[in-house]
Amino acid sequence: MLGLNKKDTSLLIIVALLTLLAPFILNPFPADSAMAQFNAGYPDLMQRFVIFGIFAIGFNILFGLTGYLSFGHAAFLGIGSYSAVWMFKLLSYNVIPAIALSIVIAGLFSLLIGYVSLRRSGIYFSILTLAFAQMSFALAYSVLSNPKFNLTNGETGLQVYADDPQIFHREGLPDLPHLFGLSMRSTYTLDVGAWSFDFNAGYYLCAVVMMIVFYLAIRIFRSPFGIMLRAVKSNQQRMNYTGLNSRPYTLAAFVISGMYAGLAGGLMAAMDPLAGAERMQWTASGEVVLMTILGGTGTLIGPVLGAGFIKYFENIFSKINDSVLHGWFAFLPDGMEDFVVAVLHPFVGKGWHLTLGILFMLVVIFLPGGLVEGGQRLINWIRGKRSGETDKPSGKTEPAE
Amino acid sequence: MSNKPVTRRGVLKTGAVAGAGVALPTIFTASSAAAYTNEPTGGTVTLGFNVPQTGPYAEEGNDELLAQQLAVEHLNGEGDGGCLNTFTSKALKGNGILGKKVEFVTGDTQTKSDAARASAKSMIEKDGAIMINGGSSSGVAVAVQGLCQEAGVIFMAGLTHANDTTGKDKKANGFRHFFNAYMSGAALAPVLAKEMGTDRRAYHLTADYNWGWTQEESIVASTEAMGWETVNTVKTPLASTDFSSYIAPVLNSGADVLVLNHYGGNMVNSLTNAIQFGLLDKVVNGKDFKIVVPLYSELMAAGAGENIKGVLGSMNWNWQLQDEGTKAFVKSFGEKYGKPPSNSAQTCYAQVLLYADACERAGTFNPCGVVEALEGFEFDGLGNGPTLYRADDHQCFKDVLVVRGNMNPTNAYDTLEIVEITPRAQVEYAPDHPMFAGGDLGKCNPGA
Repeated sequence: MLGLNKKDTSLLIIVALLTLLAPFILNPFPADSAMAQFNAGYPDLMQRFVIFGIFAIGFNILFGLTGYLSFGHAAFLGIGSYSAVWMFKLLSYNVIPAIALSIVIAGLFSLLIGYVSLRRSGIYFSILTLAFAQMSFALAYSVLSNPKFNLTNGETGLQVYADDPQIFHREGLPDLPHLFGLSMRSTYTLDVGAWSFDFNAGYYLCAVVMMIVFYLAIRIFRSPFGIMLRAVKSNQQRMNYTGLNSRPYTLAAFVISGMYAGLAGGLMAAMDPLAGAERMQWTASGEVVLMTILGGTGTLIGPVLGAGFIKYFENIFSKINDSVLHGWFAFLPDGMEDFVVAVLHPFVGKGWHLTLGILFMLVVIFLPGGLVEGGQRLINWIRGKRSGETDKPSGKTEPAE
Repeated sequence: MSNKPVTRRGVLKTGAVAGAGVALPTIFTASSAAAYTNEPTGGTVTLGFNVPQTGPYAEEGNDELLAQQLAVEHLNGEGDGGCLNTFTSKALKGNGILGKKVEFVTGDTQTKSDAARASAKSMIEKDGAIMINGGSSSGVAVAVQGLCQEAGVIFMAGLTHANDTTGKDKKANGFRHFFNAYMSGAALAPVLAKEMGTDRRAYHLTADYNWGWTQEESIVASTEAMGWETVNTVKTPLASTDFSSYIAPVLNSGADVLVLNHYGGNMVNSLTNAIQFGLLDKVVNGKDFKIVVPLYSELMAAGAGENIKGVLGSMNWNWQLQDEGTKAFVKSFGEKYGKPPSNSAQTCYAQVLLYADACERAGTFNPCGVVEALEGFEFDGLGNGPTLYRADDHQCFKDVLVVRGNMNPTNAYDTLEIVEITPRAQVEYAPDHPMFAGGDLGKCNPGA
């Protein structure tokens, strides 16, 4: 279907089902139960899952295929957000021109930064991109936000004011980002017994966009262009010796992934019309690297899983505070309760980084292929157990001849 | 991975399901029956406490959180009732708010606008928080205030000192109890004139972001009005930790006062550098060199240690005040946590009580009712003396403290001594003052 082979088609269908049914999948616990703490099916977090999924898919086109580790991709995310908010300020709250401009501007910036940075490879490339990203952050944070020429509004973040031109804004349109009148914040809540599921317009817009860009990513992975990028990763020198100039390919990959980041930034602004400079900081660039590695570098679905994993920790684990812990372990005798809470305390709430760090270490040490490898091992193990087969494909490389 | 053959029928089915999924939100855009966002229906009401628990202002955030938890206890009738006994409005009975038991959820702003909005959103969307309280940065306050306006909940700001929060970024659903940079300038200027004379030459080092600029603008304006000359204003990057290269030029500039428009770790570092360069021992233009830190906090004072001795600054509130409200609050805070509260903790505590009281007086949690009850509200007994919540910009007007680093502290907590309590009349300004112009409150938004 759509020019994909069977395996990729079913992968696309699985991703489509997961994203479209996410409101159900992410809210498995009744709204009033103690486990509701772990529900992630509220609009803001679902949007984040998908948006960072898009960001990581794009990053993976560069890092997973060519092996060029960019440490500055958050810059493109931020540039996308700023462009989108400027569209809101100047034209109207309609998300279409905002997202379109964010992709274009991020593409232009990545062309510029990529053209300079890709003259080097390896660690030098990473440092160059990091430098550019930090420059962009400093520009957005203070230089471009002085009272005389205020492009970014500094630490407060760029937002839409009532006295902005908004030349296409009419009476009757929502005062929030919307798609031809459908507000991105409009949510339909479906109550089924004790369960409650939120269907949010903004989330579904992001979900549809993600399915489109996921499909694009599959096509890129399977195209001759994708093969060329993999060749860059396996041995760029040899490629150069055969008389092939690899720079245009890597630059194209860099620009494509920059545009993916811009798209993610534009969507972020479309869900919440504020662009802050922090989303360009180096920690944000590092986060997408973590997402990709955690999920599985060079795999299609991995980055999406990694993005979901990290955002889940950031938003759910960070909210478990001591009083919640006491609530859970109230059935234990007093001394025991305090002890258990004291043991768990460093790992939840503001200690969520610690939990995430431990999990990241475990994944990198025991599952170098990321969560995807974990899933594959699990499936193989179940299959092997069910059929009792022993001749399942081993990890050994078979000689080609 | 499944390997089922893809049939025409299968594709059509999937397409239909996907189509229905995409169409779903457009079918059900009608709002639900609630009159306003997160209308509490059960026996409880949930408040959202959004404070920095990690990052540069984490200490301050944790102090705010303690104060907010204390406020919830007092509202629910636990503990000794704290300021409920001294508050001039007697609407609160210690049985929760409007008979509903108060519960709270917490979030971490990380002192980043994005993270703060994300955690506020999750408290509103997931936990059903009816209001958001707290925070320790103006950038965050403005960002979260905008979000609350859009989402239709009340925002009670914590520590935010930039003029913009109730100036060009003011919002109908947002309220600020804390004082602002203009008030700092207005309160400090007379004390500076008295202590240092009216013919000083000032040199400003300013944290290069929104808050720094508004504070620099305010201090320059009020000191120049009394005759001081501003030699130079230098912006320093927020991320700097070493200010030596900025201090050295001060010595050769002919300035005899250094104004540090820095906060938190920045201020601790720049002040330490200035002391190391021996600025305070210098005599310039025949006068002793002086340092001024317009915005002080207890936690900064503790961080700077010995270096703050004799340095002047301003504060919203201090635990050493002797009025009934302060005594009641310091007593319950001290008994529960074993230390005196900081001024950001006091602001957050007062904000929770003010919100609860406004709900009681309005008889509803509806944000529009609460806004009406808070606008133009005159009260006393929360520690700051007689206070007005001005209707024009939702800024509190109350006395401002001018403090000095204590020369002979007797314990770890009296690092600051109160020099003067500047009366409210002296720090008031017109709502359309040029430093606050350009904003629009808009209309209260009840959401849904």
